[in-house]
Amino acid sequence: MSKKTLTFLLMDAPFEQARVTTAFRLIEDALEKGHDVNVFTYEGGVSLSFTEQKPHPNAVHGRSVVEEEHPLPKDWIAFIQEKAKEKGCNFNWINCGLCLDERGVNDAIVGCERGGPADFLVWAKNSTSTLVIGTK
Amino acid sequence: MAKYFLIESRSPFDSAEVTHNYQLASDLANAGHEVTLFLVENGVFVTRSQASVHSFNNLEKVALLVDDFSLRERGIELSEVRSEIKPANLGLVVDAMAEGQKVMWL
Repeated sequence: MSKKTLTFLLMDAPFEQARVTTAFRLIEDALEKGHDVNVFTYEGGVSLSFTEQKPHPNAVHGRSVVEEEHPLPKDWIAFIQEKAKEKGCNFNWINCGLCLDERGVNDAIVGCERGGPADFLVWAKNSTSTLVIGTK
Repeated sequence: MAKYFLIESRSPFDSAEVTHNYQLASDLANAGHEVTLFLVENGVFVTRSQASVHSFNNLEKVALLVDDFSLRERGIELSEVRSEIKPANLGLVVDAMAEGQKVMWL
């Protein structure tokens, strides 16, 4: 299949909905197949790239931080960024600026930029397909 | 006529809205469009042959697919899945997007 540009819009915050995990599965699959990928986040989705996410131990089950292996979405994004480089794909991530300000999560990991709806519109116009995964 | 690839992640037992989404898939197919309904996450609960969901029974013209990973997560064996629903890989969503189908997460 020839290289396409696919855009995803995410709105769910970390740790709340299975939709986030499915979205990352889709994004990884798209890169694995050699497509260029754009991700725009609104609302809770802007927290996915927040640098201050931290793992924690599980005192109830007696697991240390290392044993708990607590997954963090910011690390998933970093993994996908590396995958994109390995595959020679373009991978862009933009968080809605106003949503970042509301939530006080402006510190995003490297490679995740601040933007606005106009950026999403440009991407949608220039993509083969755009998938909006909204909150429910 | 267009190609629609619809994704349903919720169970009809979670929300009555899901029955409307099944109706949408049915209506599009009856209008002559090529329609695929891909069930993922809790949307796979309806695929069990023991489940009784009246609104899911009007989808004869719709291609029904279910995410095999979501089935495994929920302990649903392939042998429990209704025969008209085909287990599939989530990558088909990406393929549909790359083909330019009208992909919608319901």
